[in-house]
Amino acid sequence: MEDIVIIGAGTAGLSAAIYARRAGKKAVVLEAMTYGGQIINTPDIENYPGIKHISGFDFATGLYEQATALGAEIKFEKVTGIKLSSDGIKTVKTSSSEYKTKAVILATGAKNRPLGLDREEELTGSGVSYCATCDGAFYKGKTVAVNGGGNTAIEDAAFLSSLCKKVYLIHRRDKFRADAADVEKLKAKENVEFILDSTISRLEGDDTLTGIEIHNVKNAVKQHLDIDGLFIAVGQIPDNSAFADVAELDEKGYIKAGEDCRTKTPGIFTAGDCRTKTVRQLTTAASDGAVAALAACSYCDSTEINS
Amino acid sequence: MAAVNVTKDNFQAEVLESDKPVLVDFWASWCGPCKMLSPIVEQVAESVQDVKICKVNVDDEQELAERYNIMSIPALKVFKNGEVVNEGVGFMPREKVEELIRV
Repeated sequence: MEDIVIIGAGTAGLSAAIYARRAGKKAVVLEAMTYGGQIINTPDIENYPGIKHISGFDFATGLYEQATALGAEIKFEKVTGIKLSSDGIKTVKTSSSEYKTKAVILATGAKNRPLGLDREEELTGSGVSYCATCDGAFYKGKTVAVNGGGNTAIEDAAFLSSLCKKVYLIHRRDKFRADAADVEKLKAKENVEFILDSTISRLEGDDTLTGIEIHNVKNAVKQHLDIDGLFIAVGQIPDNSAFADVAELDEKGYIKAGEDCRTKTPGIFTAGDCRTKTVRQLTTAASDGAVAALAACSYCDSTEINS
Repeated sequence: MAAVNVTKDNFQAEVLESDKPVLVDFWASWCGPCKMLSPIVEQVAESVQDVKICKVNVDDEQELAERYNIMSIPALKVFKNGEVVNEGVGFMPREKVEELIRV
């Protein structure tokens, strides 16, 4: 039997693995895709205390190597659910196996929110993108649109404006969640045009995106735009439906837990972006990983489950 | 078989005129998910005999990237008799890469 099964090998999950191993607990990390989580798409991290500059890939690889060197086992399996039994043992089921454990840490993270339009998935990689820094280089000298009103959307539009001929910023309101100073800076750019109070109602093009239809939410007027690329930056969504029976979820699907990272089930903890919280950053993910791991360690020490 | 680095000069011979199906991995050094996918592609290359695996650096080979309409990386394309028969973008686990080449 394991002491702690950690679900998700992003910053929160790998930080938890480091703390669990250093406390002498057996820990296995289960990951459906690859280690590192969302940060691997970020070229430059400049806000992690103690590290002036590092790429997301190097940061993630450092975390992975640190966790595995300490003896954490990382397995690439998709978790399908958790079964609780009356003796307190949790059985974590994956697509190919199952793990009995005393404690579980849910560190499932969050992923980019799609717009939910017809053919959006099919056109992803063929004109539709969720990562301006990853894919922007392929749109040099072309016309693109960014959809969203948060910091990511504004940063993406600013980044793309230095490469592209023309950048439209489409936002469903006329006010921004993004920092006002950054919005003003973007407005001043000659090749950026704001289209406010508007949503995207249709993606156009056969094999690749050639344009979009825009719907003005105030006057219901529809408008067509010819674009080569659409960058979607409308926030993140969690994916915790497999755990709804062992942890309480809020209306958006985040796992309800306070700063102590405890869920409603004793022995099941949660860490990182998948938890209800206001600030989702690398530092808060790492912090949650430590808090959840140490809470899980003391749960293992106090529980009467025999291994 | 180890993966082969391909440029516009040997693309015709290595990929289009290959007698085996070819999996081409379009990647760049600044792309995190590409670097995550790269070892998986290498593992697949070592484990299969009937499919050739090639890598194209899109920064060095912009012409090839444009010719194959690469707009997002990592991008994997499977060629059979010079034609693209299957493709996928973004990081994917090993089973997905193996699924792509089984077409």
